[in-house]
Amino acid sequence: MFKQLAFAAVISFALPVTSAFAAGGAAHIEDFDFSFEGPLGTFDENQLQRGLQIYTEGCSGCHGLRYVPIRTLADAGGPHLPADQVRAYAEQNFEIFDADLDDYRVAKETDNFPANDSAGAPDLSLMAKARAGFHGPLGTGINQLVKGMGGAEYIASLLTGYTGEEKEEAGVVLYENTAFPGGWISMPPPLYDDMVEFVDGHAADTHHLAEDISAFLMWTAEPKMMARQQTGLTAVIFLSLLTVLLYLTNKRIWAPIKRAAKSS
Amino acid sequence: MSGIPHDHYEPKSNAEKWVESRLPVIGLLYNTIMIPTPKNLNWMWIWGIVLAFCLGMQIITGIILVMHYTPHVDMAFASVEHIMRNVNGGHMIRYLHMNGASLFFVAVYLHMFRGLFYGSYKAPREITWIIGMLIYLCMMGTAFMGYVLPWGQMSFWGATVITGLFGAIPFIGEPIQTWLLGGPAVDNATLNRFFSLHYLLPFVITGLVIVHIWAFHTTGNNNPTGVEVRRTSKAEVEADTVPFWPYYVIKDFFALALILVVFFAIVGFMPNYLGHPDNYIEANPLATPAHIVPEWYFLPFYAILRAFTADVWVVQIASFVTGGIVDAKFFGVLAMFGAIAVMALAPWLDTSSVRSGRYRPTFKIFFWLLCADFVFLMWLGAMPAEEPYASLSLVGSAYWFAYFLVILPLLGVLERPEAQVATIEEDFKAKAKKSAKGAPSVAPAE
Repeated sequence: MFKQLAFAAVISFALPVTSAFAAGGAAHIEDFDFSFEGPLGTFDENQLQRGLQIYTEGCSGCHGLRYVPIRTLADAGGPHLPADQVRAYAEQNFEIFDADLDDYRVAKETDNFPANDSAGAPDLSLMAKARAGFHGPLGTGINQLVKGMGGAEYIASLLTGYTGEEKEEAGVVLYENTAFPGGWISMPPPLYDDMVEFVDGHAADTHHLAEDISAFLMWTAEPKMMARQQTGLTAVIFLSLLTVLLYLTNKRIWAPIKRAAKSS
Repeated sequence: MSGIPHDHYEPKSNAEKWVESRLPVIGLLYNTIMIPTPKNLNWMWIWGIVLAFCLGMQIITGIILVMHYTPHVDMAFASVEHIMRNVNGGHMIRYLHMNGASLFFVAVYLHMFRGLFYGSYKAPREITWIIGMLIYLCMMGTAFMGYVLPWGQMSFWGATVITGLFGAIPFIGEPIQTWLLGGPAVDNATLNRFFSLHYLLPFVITGLVIVHIWAFHTTGNNNPTGVEVRRTSKAEVEADTVPFWPYYVIKDFFALALILVVFFAIVGFMPNYLGHPDNYIEANPLATPAHIVPEWYFLPFYAILRAFTADVWVVQIASFVTGGIVDAKFFGVLAMFGAIAVMALAPWLDTSSVRSGRYRPTFKIFFWLLCADFVFLMWLGAMPAEEPYASLSLVGSAYWFAYFLVILPLLGVLERPEAQVATIEEDFKAKAKKSAKGAPSVAPAE
């Protein structure tokens, strides 16, 4: 009885859970290897810093990060920039509308990244959690147990998924993209080789850029990931210990009752 | 409190006597915790503790979340992100609360199917069963309204679809829907009342849980044999039972700790696995998501809701007979609530004189089919509303109703049950001897 029900419980846990099926059908999401995947995965500080640079020099032209406080760029488990660099970064890059002044002013590290609706592009703060790359098999979402939700993979696949085909529909130019549901996206290819220059000389071809920005957006969506996994690991270790102790206690308590039952 | 004879609390110290003569609360707690419990309970009897833990955890984490949450359509989504990013430990509290709902439902489903297999709903435990169903309904209401609070896309559209169900009631549906929403559509008024009720209902559940425990402490626990504890003498009671403390408290805590290892692994390592990505997009009344999918624990009933479309013959007959009053949409709503109602009526639909499924060979087959049907419907609920899923949903729904309305009543008459053990003591001894013969014995598992 218990075994079957436990099995049923596992099955129902592993069940569809997520939207589970891609709308366009043909959308292909490549399974990139990221450092933050798996229960003990970690963000790569250097990669996040490169991603920040790509966002600042590229994406931020159209996309905002309205839920992300700039000061969190200094957080451990994130890009981990020195506090003075974060302050300078805020002042140099962004202007914020201040309701108290009723005017724009340079951004401070305590502000959030500004929203950006200039081109009608979606905010990217949570994009890596708002998309799921893996839905199978049979729409059950079980793949996500192995590969992860695939939000970062979705972004990286989208950024590298342009075929070069274009078409115009109702006055809007659409670009063919193998990762986008429906196959045609209104965002022109945003990345090109060597569009940014990294101080550490890291490769800046489209593929590497896509990986770096996807990692950065995973961090903006889930900034406390490393702290959370640490908490989870500690909890699992101590609860396992407690489980063993309770198992032994339980066995000890029941022993006389069972002995009496056996001998009678 | 219990009908089973056992030692009652006798205040010893003067302080105890002082309290007890004014408010017999120590005696109440003592009798509750020392209740004679059948010796032979198996591991399916641990879900009650898990459920009590879930209720406590959801209330505590919920109260903390409320301290930082803003119930307003313009600020709700941002306030959740504030909790995730700026509140100390906020991300953990929120993920515990979010996944706590899933653990709650895993436990409640296993608890319910346990009751269905071992006939825990049968006389004299009908009231325990009915209170349990009321708790389950309140849980569904609470979970649904809680899911709306983050004000994501799935929150908004889920609320639109589910409140739309009430709009399907003929004649009075639309006024009811408007009254529920506080306006013509899901908006700020809806968010505020859902927030208020989401905070209220857990305390209603707490009250019902107390009554639930009171009821089964009066009748005594059921057990895997379905045979009642002998009550004629204290010696017989002691041969059949052990006090709840420490025997079952420690056993249940062991099981709870093991379940929490899995739970914390999910919260720590994959907290969004059971959620929907669309709920990380702020609610937008102008953009409908490609697929509106409820949380996993609603999926079986969602599949039943969608199964009855206008081209199904029962729907057409119902529509014809009622002169069009019962249309496909209303039929679906009736079917969904009916699927829960037939479960609540199980005590009167099951005609078998044998309580436990252990002694009912044919029943077992149909019971496991019902479990499979539940998982099948869950999967179908997440699939798009198209063929072949629509037809399969109809098959799944038909079996669900057939089990309660046809199979349970008929089996009681047609089936020839196996011989039951005479006493719980006998069953416990047989089990103890069996585990002694096997490999080095393990915990008192079944």
